[in-house]
Parts: sequence; C-alpha cells; structure tokens
Amino acid sequence: MMGLLQRLGATTLGITERIGRGHLFLLYVLGGFPSLLPRFGLVIKQIYASGVLSLLIIAVSGLFVGMVLALQGYNTLVDFGATESLGVVVALSLVRELGPVMGALLFAGRAGSALTAEIGLMKATEQLSAMEMMAVNPLHRVVAPRLLGGIIAMPLLAAIFSAVGIIGGYLVAVGLLGVDEGAFWSQMQAKVDLFDDVASGVIKSVVFGFVVTWIALFEGYDAVPTSEGVSRATTRTVVHASLAVLGLNFILTALMFGDD
Amino acid sequence: MSAEPVNSQQHSMPEAWVRIRGLRYTRGEQVIFDGVDMDIPRGRLTAIMGPSGTGKTTLLRLIGGQLHADAGTVEVAGQNVAALRSKALYRLRKRMGMLFQNGALLTDLSVFDNVAFPLREHTRLPELMIRDLVLMKLHAVGLRGARELMPAQLSGGMARRVALARAIALDPEMVLFDEPFTGQDPISLGVLVSLLRSLTDALGLTSVVVSHDVQESLSIADYVYVISAGRVVEHGAPEALQQSTSPWVQQFLQGQSDGPVPFHYPAPDYRTDLLADSP
Amino acid sequence: MMQSRSVQIWVGLFVIAGMAALLMLSIKVSNIRAFSNEQGYELNANFENIGGLKVRSPVTMAGVVVGRVSKIGFDSEIYEAVVTLNIDPRYDNLPEDTSASIFTSGLLGEQYIGLEAGGAENYLHDGDRIQLTQSAIVLEKLIGQFLVSQADK
Repeated sequence: MMGLLQRLGATTLGITERIGRGHLFLLYVLGGFPSLLPRFGLVIKQIYASGVLSLLIIAVSGLFVGMVLALQGYNTLVDFGATESLGVVVALSLVRELGPVMGALLFAGRAGSALTAEIGLMKATEQLSAMEMMAVNPLHRVVAPRLLGGIIAMPLLAAIFSAVGIIGGYLVAVGLLGVDEGAFWSQMQAKVDLFDDVASGVIKSVVFGFVVTWIALFEGYDAVPTSEGVSRATTRTVVHASLAVLGLNFILTALMFGDD
Repeated sequence: MSAEPVNSQQHSMPEAWVRIRGLRYTRGEQVIFDGVDMDIPRGRLTAIMGPSGTGKTTLLRLIGGQLHADAGTVEVAGQNVAALRSKALYRLRKRMGMLFQNGALLTDLSVFDNVAFPLREHTRLPELMIRDLVLMKLHAVGLRGARELMPAQLSGGMARRVALARAIALDPEMVLFDEPFTGQDPISLGVLVSLLRSLTDALGLTSVVVSHDVQESLSIADYVYVISAGRVVEHGAPEALQQSTSPWVQQFLQGQSDGPVPFHYPAPDYRTDLLADSP
Repeated sequence: MMQSRSVQIWVGLFVIAGMAALLMLSIKVSNIRAFSNEQGYELNANFENIGGLKVRSPVTMAGVVVGRVSKIGFDSEIYEAVVTLNIDPRYDNLPEDTSASIFTSGLLGEQYIGLEAGGAENYLHDGDRIQLTQSAIVLEKLIGQFLVSQADK
C-alpha cells in the first residue's frame, strides 16, 4: 500500500518536474526569437525540413480524406434529399476540424519525430555541448529556428490539406456521384464563414504547430543521449504530441464554436 | 593525500592559466572529485591522466563552465567560472576551444562550414576572409582538400582533425582535448600526436589533454597530472613522473591490472554479498 | 550554397502553395462578403415569433440574397422580437410597404427572411421599420392545431 502510494507520488513529481522543465525550455527558446530576424535563412531551412518535406503526405492524405468525406456524406444526405449540401459537409468538416487536426497528427508523425531524432542525436553526439563550448547557445541557434519554422509551416500545411481535401470531395461529388456542380460550390459559400470557420481553423493550426514542434523539440533536447533514449523520445513525441493535439482541439473548439 | 611534485628542481613554471582549488564534485551518491588542486600553466601542454571513470571529461566540463562544482573553485584566466553570468561565460568560452572525443562535428554542415561556424557566429567578417581563415585552419590540420566532404564521409581521425581546426578557428588561448587518442589507428594517432605538439608550440596555446593513453601523453606533455579516485595522485614533468616511487603511478604507467587502483569497483564483501538474503 | 538555393526555392513554392490554399478557402469556399457586412443600411422589423432565425441568416427578395440578419433583440414592452436587417446598399429602392416574412428553406432547412415589395412611391431608408411582417411558422404549433381540429370532429 505504501509502495503504491510512493510510486504514485514519485510519478506525479516526475511528471510535474518534466512539465516545469518543458516550460523553462520554451522560455529560453523564445528568448532566441529576436535574434532570428536578421538570420531568417536559418528559419527558411527549417520550414523546408518540416514543411516542404511533409507536403506530399499532407496533400495525399487530404485528397483521400476529402474523397471519403464526400462518399460518406452523400450516403447520409441522399436519404434526406439534401445532396446539394454535400459541399457544405465536406468543406466545414475539413476547414474546421480535419484540416487542422489531421494535418497536425500527420505533422507530428512526419516532422515531429524527425525533429526529436535530430535534436536527440545532436545531443548524443555532443554537438549541442560543442556549440555551448563555442559560446553559441544551442537553444537559440538550433532549437529556436526549428520552433518558428514549425509554427509557420503548420497553418500552411493545414490549409493545403483542407484545400486539396475539398478538391477531392468535389471530384467525387460532382464527377462520381453526380451532385450539381453549382449547388456544391454555392451552398458551400453560403454556409462557410471566413471568420467563424476558415480563420478559426487557421488559429487552431497555428496552436497545433506550436505545440507539436515544442513537444518534439523538448523530447529531443531532454532525451537520454543514447540511441535507445533517442528512439524512446521519438515514440514519446508522436504519442504526446497527438494526445496534446486532440485534447487542445476539444478545448479550442469549445472556446471558438461553443457559444453559438 | 595530494602529493608534492616529484621533481625537486622545479624548473620555472609560467603563471597558471587555470587554477583549481579544493574542487569537489559529486554526481548523485558518487563522489567524482574530492579536493583536487591543479595549476595548468599558460602556453604549455598539460596532460591529465587517469583510469577510465575518474571523471576526466567531467573535469574539462568544469573548466568550460558546463558543470558547476559542489565546493572549491575553478579559475580560468583569473575568473571564477562558476560565478560568471552567461554573457561573461560565453565571452570566456570564446577564448577557449574544446575538442570532443568524437569530434562532435555538426552533421548537417560540410567540413568547410563546420570550421567556419564559430567565425560566422562570432564575427562579421566578409565571406572572402572567412574562406581564407577556414582554409588556413584546414591546411594546418592537413585537410584543406577535404573541405567539401560531409562529416559522415570522414574517418574518425579526420573528424577529430576537422574538429581541431574548428576548435582553433577563433584563435583561442586554450584548447581542451577530450581523449584525443582513443580508437585511432597508428597513422592517425601519429598525426594527432604531432599536431597537438606543433599547434601548441606554433600558436602558443595552453593545451589540456585528458587521456588514458600513457605513452602518447607522456611523449608530448610538458606537465602531467595523474588523478585517481577523485584526487591528484601525482604531478610533475613526464621524465620525473616515470621515476615516481608512488605505487599508484607505477601501476598506471605500466598498466598493471590490480594494485592501489583496485580492480574491483568499491563493493561490500564478496562473501557477505553473495550470502545476503534481501534482494 | 547551391543547396541552400534550392531549399529557398522549395520553401518559396511551399509558401505560395499554402497561400493559394488559404486564398481558395477564403474566396471559393467561404463567403468573403462577410467583410462588406457593415456597409449596408439597416432596417428593423418586429415579429411575434422568429422561430429558428439566427444572426447572419440570409434576407432574400424573389429568392436573391439582398442582405443578412445583423441583430436579434427582444422588445420587453410589446413582447415581440426586434430583428435588424442589414441590406446591401445596391438595393436602396425597397418601397415603404415592403413586407417581411420568415420562411423555412425546405421542410427541415434553416430559416430566412423573405421580403416582398409593395407598391408605395417612397423608399425605405436606414433605420426605418418594416410594418408588415409575418412570423415564422412553427411546425409544432401547426401539428398541435391539426390534432386539436381532428379531435373536435
């Protein structure tokens, strides 16, 4: 009984300590943001690493998700004779939820794990230590550009996911299921709001990009500097970042769409 | 039990660039250093030797300010490293270079960019001048032709030489070498040994070599510290050291498996340990 | 340096693709006219019951969207709903005796306001009140009336 209690206490303390360290880490990294402006090339390199390299998986997934949405939505709407609303169903699901959320989950798997592995290996091979000894702060020089790159890349990826998904939905709805093209677009335009839907989707994806990149970078920086430690940290990144995205999505949705 | 220098006719030593007094450092329950005093002379090559696990790398990190002592002081160039704020510490670090065991080259940069890294971070020199400086440093380690290679394409010895070029890129006053000789084939070993000596002399560097390779260290060092079990066991010039009467030093220099430095890590009595009931 | 050049080009393409996607979402997918919402003129109309009418519900005339509901209030003296309509400034010649009704698009669709022009010579101006209104048809009420009338037989 005491043993169980002790383990509970130890786990709680461990988690609290990690969260605390994660926030301190973030504080130091954010301190490096001002020095990035004159050296934006560093950030561009990271937008390439996390954005451009995730583009293919994001676009392909978006296309298929949009196509499936159209198929499933059609099956339900056809019973009510409301197939013209298919465009609305596809667009709202993508813009509000699936674009930011699925985009962030894929981002965590593709870019987040790569970031953790990269930082973890840099730590394991003493590259971060070497930088410190060269009087270069690795949090500013290595971590900060990656965080900013992730924050910039994620909303663009989510928008591409949604746009490609809507095109996929359009192809299935109009090309395959014979929904009227004019109704598909006009119903969509009538019901999708620039601020309530599109802008809040963008806000979501900015938050997700920030959180996923932050978790990935911290896990890498905090990893036990061995190959086993790095591989464990990579797994943790995907799990924790995905959970954080889904949990935050609920909170953000409640905040933004709750009082309607 | 800190010993007196073995050479009685102490030839005039230059002032100490690194001064360590009463250093105590523990990691968890384990005591790494317990009362270490050390003076590392300016412009000389000092070797710090000791068996594995005596915290030689830790000592370098304490000098570089990456770790802080539990007690005692580490002074570099007259400044107490532990008391420095990060700005001053970074300023001090620009005056020292460090060569890590495996080079610690930045894997996403080419050889050229690795050596250029400290220059680009700390100076606003035009790219043309950086190019010249980098080529000079690479030439000094004999790798001017390898500038386009990526770190993954280098052998271990070459990576260390590139790291050495990077460590001296900012013309530091002191370079710390962490086990520069381990795991090298005879040729690259010879290259590294002669490089260390010639760079120290040519640039007037204060070099600190941490190593457990006895022959190589003794052949190039001006002054040697032998540490074991958290203390300085012996120190002096290499020739004098070999005459040492201390059983510790003789054991270490001749590579005997057991002696004052025990073969066994401190443990409870073998018999009682085996017969103990509790897990 | 060649390498960083191609990296920059790729990032440029990526940013353009992302911006294009955002642009498509704002113009093709959503209703960008949300911006011009404030520029129209406002009319008020009282209804006994607005049913499921919401802010931003469309206001149509002959089936064409001419404005949106901008505010819904409640007049606690006459116990009626006060609906403020924002009408596109292009349609500034609605006659004074225009009537407003709340309709439902389809059986279960959302509710909107339909305007029907009268024959008066003068036009409605910003802040005017539409006198002739017809409330929403509440389905439950209709069903209730139908059941009662069946029971009376």
